[in-house]
Amino acid sequence: MGELRTAGGRRALLKLGSALLLAWLLATAPGYAQGETLVIYSGRSEALVQPLIDRFVATTGINVRVRYGDTAELAATILEEGDRSPADVYWAQDAGALGALEAYDRLSPLPDELLARVDHRLQSPAGVWVATSGRARVVAYNTRLVPPSELPESIWGFTDPKWRGRIGWAPTNGSFQAFVTALRLLEGDERAEKWLRGVLANQPRVYRNNTAIVDAVGRGEIHVGFVNHYYLHRFLAEQGEKFPVRNHHTSGDAGAIINIAGVGILKSSRAKEAALRFVEFLLSPEAQEYFAQEVYEYPVLLGVEIEINPHVIPLDEINAPHLNLGDLKDLEGTLEMLQRVGVL
Amino acid sequence: MRRPRLGYRPPLPLVAAAVIVALSAALPLVYLVIRAAEAGGPAVWQLVSRPRTLQLLCNTLLLALAVSSSATVIAVPTAWLLVRTDLPWKPFWSVATVVPLTIPSLVGGYAFVAALGSGGIVHQWLSRWGIGFSGVYGAWGAWLVLTLLSYPYVLLPVRSTLQSLDPAVEEAAMSLGRSPAGVFWHVTLPALRPAIASGALLVSLYTLSDFAAVSLLQFDSFTRAIYVQYQASFNRSHAAVLGLVLVALTTLLLGVDSRLRGNKRLDRTGPGGKRKAALVKLGKWRWLAVIALGLLVLAAVGLPVGVSAAWLVRGLAHGERVVVDLGIAANSFLVSLGAAALTAIAALPVALLAARYPSRLSRIIERASYIGYALPGIVVALSLVFFGARAGGLLYQTIAMLLFAYLVLFLPQAVGAISANLALASPNLENVARSLGYTPWRVFWRVTLPLITPGVISAGALVFLTAMKELPATLLLSPIGFRTLTTSLWGAVSEAFYARAAAPALLLVGISSLSLFILLRNEGMRR
Repeated sequence: MGELRTAGGRRALLKLGSALLLAWLLATAPGYAQGETLVIYSGRSEALVQPLIDRFVATTGINVRVRYGDTAELAATILEEGDRSPADVYWAQDAGALGALEAYDRLSPLPDELLARVDHRLQSPAGVWVATSGRARVVAYNTRLVPPSELPESIWGFTDPKWRGRIGWAPTNGSFQAFVTALRLLEGDERAEKWLRGVLANQPRVYRNNTAIVDAVGRGEIHVGFVNHYYLHRFLAEQGEKFPVRNHHTSGDAGAIINIAGVGILKSSRAKEAALRFVEFLLSPEAQEYFAQEVYEYPVLLGVEIEINPHVIPLDEINAPHLNLGDLKDLEGTLEMLQRVGVL
Repeated sequence: MRRPRLGYRPPLPLVAAAVIVALSAALPLVYLVIRAAEAGGPAVWQLVSRPRTLQLLCNTLLLALAVSSSATVIAVPTAWLLVRTDLPWKPFWSVATVVPLTIPSLVGGYAFVAALGSGGIVHQWLSRWGIGFSGVYGAWGAWLVLTLLSYPYVLLPVRSTLQSLDPAVEEAAMSLGRSPAGVFWHVTLPALRPAIASGALLVSLYTLSDFAAVSLLQFDSFTRAIYVQYQASFNRSHAAVLGLVLVALTTLLLGVDSRLRGNKRLDRTGPGGKRKAALVKLGKWRWLAVIALGLLVLAAVGLPVGVSAAWLVRGLAHGERVVVDLGIAANSFLVSLGAAALTAIAALPVALLAARYPSRLSRIIERASYIGYALPGIVVALSLVFFGARAGGLLYQTIAMLLFAYLVLFLPQAVGAISANLALASPNLENVARSLGYTPWRVFWRVTLPLITPGVISAGALVFLTAMKELPATLLLSPIGFRTLTTSLWGAVSEAFYARAAAPALLLVGISSLSLFILLRNEGMRR
């Protein structure tokens, strides 16, 4: 590669560069002595939740800093950090990751008054994490390639050979694994394994995550895919109503479970009061309305009427199975099964 | 002739500096051993000996070999065209053929699926012309994308070796009756061997550690097995065991590399100055060459950039809000600049020791520098979280910590670039300076450093471009709230905000390409 032309020019550039670098280092250094700061590790993406966090800051005046990342990677980070974790609050995309922190005894109990606001099935039995919003498990289908009448009422329909080469799934994804864990709980390990083998025989395509599946269904690369409901609405917002994908709900089985995004406060937190106010805020009607309207999710507050987005099918029209999300904790067993069957 | 060495013992400060750098680079290995030990012997054996593990290992190794071979096949003729021929529009091609280095594999993966996947833009267009194919997925898709994104790692060192090679040897061979093709095969190519080997090694390690592109292209690679352990069961000790397998594989590849590299002498030994090689007249072949390079650049650069632009336009048409935040671009630029400077400086003692004082110790140090590069970014990031939270004190989650992470991740790129340059610089000058009474320190400043400045600059440039697109370590180790182009790109694309992802993606490629242009523009004038 090239050289800078003169030694003098090089030196001047070097000086300028290091001065700039130093100035910027000082500017970005975290303020340790700035009073109480709430640190949130968020597996929910900035695009979805930062506007809500801004509202929290505006109403409470609490100084908030957020580290955005992948839900599982942030959980692993908290585990590696141990008691020195700077995080006060962990906000996850799925219950599995919260369950992992619970299993390592990293979360502190939430007050009963707060837990009582939410259906007991959508929180940890020990009361250390609670759902902030819900999302339904659905089958996304291409409206040009699959007539609605062809879609089965039960997930078992997809083990039929007529779906060969038409299915997409994301077995590395937390929401898919929650679905398999639910299937094991509802129908037993033997049946769950049978279902997996049945779908596997139809040679499903393996995608990286839910968005990649919806995208592929839209292109017609696959005809149906197992995803969470709210991704579709992002695509409709960006590509218009002609985007040829819609959601189908199976009935009363693991294919129709309600997954959650949820939150917990770390045991090691030194800002527990502020952390609690944040969790309270997430369970306030204002925040719930935001999830329902802006993020196309389901509110989780009991006894408060919150209007959901008109594009989303109301929860009471979905026949979801009765399940405690706190019971979906045998992730290791699910992983073992997925590996034994050859899905992973 | 064997590679020459300095006739003196290595100075202690040099050894100490190299050892410190190597120990830093080996931190992830220490972490992996600590975590793997928790799994216990039987569990480790069960995990490692599973047929699935072995199958993934084979898949990944084959992919690494395929990608590095095809990258070499693309890079060597391209370098020859750029340096030794009268190719038209040379300044344009010398930048454009390196631009793929600026494209994150996340963007490359998405773009290739969006264009070549069934129902994608290019796929539809081709099928209208009656050309049908079954999509881009699996081994061949991963091979194609990784080759197109990584061949510049071979192109850059081969090109700079070709530029510095003394044409006298080739002319001698020619005058002794060799055909031009014979000269290329028997004289030029052997001289390029170290450059090819070091580039191909970087390409194969890039392939081993990549997760974004292989997962999007549905290729079952070993990194996926590691990610699954974190994502599915949060089992850090199983992930660590698999990480150690990857380290073992890297050691194997490093062994292959040192065999390929050979120990031939490359510097000039004869008297007189070096001249510039005469340019080969391409004649009517020049247009064929232009078409070939055009297709290469179109596939490797045009496609990802085109798809990103299409996302942006589509989103804007449907009323998406897209904000271009230049502060984020400045963050990316400055932190990558810092990483480039730090890593190039840290690589100096390692490369010097290995090139000028070959010994078992210097070889171990050089190899240790490759550990971080071969591991998936998340493994390196978590290992630094582990040490940072325990021993980092106030430095944890600061820019300093992030720069250190980049050093651990990208050190071999810098070591490779500097080593290649050192191999071309004769140690005779250094020996003479020592014998005339210069201290080793003075020899370094007055003789060695001026000789290898181009190597140091290109080391920095490589690290800069790679740091610009780094994701996992940036997400976990940067100061809280610190955003870069890649973190915004990732945050948007994972939630299907394609238009919002396109803006930082285009900005990233733009800034990196501009930096490349500034670096490369003097090349023609220099000689």
